[in-house]
Amino acid sequence: MLTLHCPYCGVHCDETELAPGGEAHLTRHGPGSDDADFESYLFLRENPRGVHFERWRHAYGCGKWFHAARCTVTLEVFGTYPAQTTAPMQAILDIIDEKRPGWRWRDVT
Amino acid sequence: MSDPVTALAGREAAHRVTIRDAGPRGMVTLRGDLEDPRILRACKALTGCAMPDQTGAVLDGDTGLLWMSPDELLLLVPCSEAGAAVDHLSDALRGMPHLAVDVSDARQIIALDGAGLREVLARLTPADLHPDALAPGTVRRTRLSQAAAAFWLISEEKAEVMCFRSVAHYVFGLLDNAAQSPEAGLF
Ligand SMILES: [Zn+2]
Repeated sequence: MLTLHCPYCGVHCDETELAPGGEAHLTRHGPGSDDADFESYLFLRENPRGVHFERWRHAYGCGKWFHAARCTVTLEVFGTYPAQTTAPMQAILDIIDEKRPGWRWRDVT
Repeated sequence: MSDPVTALAGREAAHRVTIRDAGPRGMVTLRGDLEDPRILRACKALTGCAMPDQTGAVLDGDTGLLWMSPDELLLLVPCSEAGAAVDHLSDALRGMPHLAVDVSDARQIIALDGAGLREVLARLTPADLHPDALAPGTVRRTRLSQAAAAFWLISEEKAEVMCFRSVAHYVFGLLDNAAQSPEAGLF
C-alpha cells in the first residue's frame, strides 16, 4: 500500500484516495509531429525495476494532480512535488542519488 | 418557497456514538484566489469567520469556512441565506475570476455525537484519525467506504460528516453499522 503526501493540501493520502495518472514528464507530440515521436508519446512507457516517476491525482481530496518519485521494488517513496514542472525537482533527485547511487530513469540520472 | 428537506429527513440512530441528520444547511462552494483581499472580506462578511489555513475548518455554530483545496472554500451559512450569500459573492468579486455556487441541495451533513467518534470514522476511511493527525478545527476530505466524504471535528465528542445527497442513506448506513461495532480502544 502506498501513502503519498499531497503537495497541495499537505495530506498523507492512502493509495485508495488517489487516481493513478501513469508515467510523469511525457512530452506531448500532437498534429504535425513525426510518426516516431507520436508513437513514443502515445504508446512507449517505462516499466522500470526501481526508481520511477509518476503522476497521481488527489481524487478523494483536493482534486489536484501532482508528481511522485518512488521505487517500484520496495514502494519506498522518495518524494512528491507539484505538477507545474516538466522535469523532476533537484531536491528529489538529490534524495534518490543518496538512496539509489547510480540510478537511471529514461535520460534522467 | 417550500421548506428545505434533507435526503435523510431527520433520520437518527442512537448508539455509543449517535448518528443524526444535521438538518438543512446552507453550503456555498467558492473557487478563486483565496489570498485575494476581496475574497477575504466577502467571506468574513458572510460568516464572521477568519480565512482558514491549509485543511482548516473555522466554525462558529452552524456557520463557518472550510478549506477544500488551495483554490476552493466551502462556506457554511444558515440554510435560508445560501442564495443571498452567492449574490453577495458575485457582487463583491465582480470582474475577478471566481466561481460561487449554492450546493446546499447537493449535499447532506450528518452529525456524530459521542466519545467514540474517532473510532467510528476510522472503521470507514483510510484517513489517519489519531488526534495528532486530525485535531478539531481541521477538515479531511477522503472517502467513507466507497463514497466521497469530508468530515471535521468540532470537539472530541462532536463531528460533522458531509457527503453527496445521492449517497446520504448509504453513508448513514455505514456510520450506523460502524457505531454498533464493539469498542477497540484505539484512540
Ligand atoms: Zn491534496
